[in-house]
Amino acid sequence: MSSSNDSIKKTLTVALMLCIVCSVIVSGAAVIFKAQQQENKALDRKTNILAAAGLLVPGKTVDELYAQITPRVVNLNTGEYTDEFNPETYDQLKASKDPALSKALSNSEDVAGIKRREQFATVYLVEKDGELSRIILPVRGYGLWSTLHGFLALEADANTVIGLGFYQHAETPGLGGEVDNPKWKALWPGKEIYQEGTMEPQIELIKGSVDAGTPDAEHKIDGLSGATLTSRGVTNLVQYWIGEEGFGPYLSKFRKEGV
Amino acid sequence: MADTPKSVIVSPIFANNPIALQILGICSALAVTSNLATAMVMGVAVSLVTAFSSMFISMIRNQIPNSIRIIVQMTIIASLVIVVDQMLKAYAYETSKQLSVFVGLIITNCIVMGRAEAYAMKNGPVMSFLDGIGNGLGYTAVLFFVGFVRELFGSGSLFGVQILEKINDGGWYMPNGMMLLPPSAFFIIAGFIWLIRTWQPKQNEASEFKIAPNTQVKEAV
Repeated sequence: MSSSNDSIKKTLTVALMLCIVCSVIVSGAAVIFKAQQQENKALDRKTNILAAAGLLVPGKTVDELYAQITPRVVNLNTGEYTDEFNPETYDQLKASKDPALSKALSNSEDVAGIKRREQFATVYLVEKDGELSRIILPVRGYGLWSTLHGFLALEADANTVIGLGFYQHAETPGLGGEVDNPKWKALWPGKEIYQEGTMEPQIELIKGSVDAGTPDAEHKIDGLSGATLTSRGVTNLVQYWIGEEGFGPYLSKFRKEGV
Repeated sequence: MADTPKSVIVSPIFANNPIALQILGICSALAVTSNLATAMVMGVAVSLVTAFSSMFISMIRNQIPNSIRIIVQMTIIASLVIVVDQMLKAYAYETSKQLSVFVGLIITNCIVMGRAEAYAMKNGPVMSFLDGIGNGLGYTAVLFFVGFVRELFGSGSLFGVQILEKINDGGWYMPNGMMLLPPSAFFIIAGFIWLIRTWQPKQNEASEFKIAPNTQVKEAV
């Protein structure tokens, strides 16, 4: 290492050259891999939707299965469909951070712990033989450590659960993390979210396991043992999103008038 | 110790392990080892970054002005890490989601920087590349060991294949929840260091001081 390396000219030259070379490499990588990355992201989202709806069957590609799903954007305040946004590109989570497209929730309103709620949400409708067979709703809310993001799939009566699945959370592995356990998820199908004939959210997680003989068993799910706060979070987020503040208006309209 | 291509690759695995002896790069070893698959991907990523950054730094080592040498090293390392991160996102999406920020944090992994400063600045590109691979392998070896123990006892599986049937799934094994949490890696790494030093006692450092007996001579009253 000669001392001439330490002259100001040399230092600036090396720094400049290095910056140019490195920025070319980095931006090159970003451009080359971009298409593949976006494809992965889209595939991941589709897989999550299909998994929650129980439509993910082996032997078929995700894109084939996703073909039966129609996304629609819904105005959460009125419960009406809207064509203001393209459902394929509308980003609900991004909208929830945009003051123009969302509203801040006060403490009493914010049962799910999401701070801001967007005005528009994407719902996914599954049709079978020309008849609507499933509705898939995006849900999210705070558990113990993290916001759980997932999908709730309902049958066409807008009451009976087909499945609930979370695709992103950071709850304690082995305790709250058991929301991913297939055994626990299998408890959801067939449960009813509303009290008979009303729009009152009734579904909840209870301590211990549900006795099938009790009168309200169709509204109750086993709590996750050792994860009281995660269980409470799941109850809150499901109740919030099916309630008046969430998809309540949409589902009640849906029940009265169909699609 | 004269450096031969073989010795720079093999010695970091046990004799001069970056984590066990040099105690570098522990942070990511705690975070990404709760299952073997992510641990192995992380090991490969770190090996590649260490190898290539050492090689590039060594290639221009005679041109680097001393006053900005650390910045130059960091820039090269950071660029490589971004490339690796982008590649993982494109071709190993699931794993990259689990590794999340830790790929980016390879930049701050002391092993990469440590090898650049300690070896690549003084040696040729080929040897530096091999040195990087060797240290990456040493890191991977520790990650494998820790990941093996944590996944087997924490989830009852290896590489996602169920080995011990869990109680929750109707089996007999009660998973050790602590194994899935980062602190358990501390104990396992400590165990690993203990095993290596028992096997190769010359790695034990001499005590820096001796604890004097806590007694004072008193005169009889």
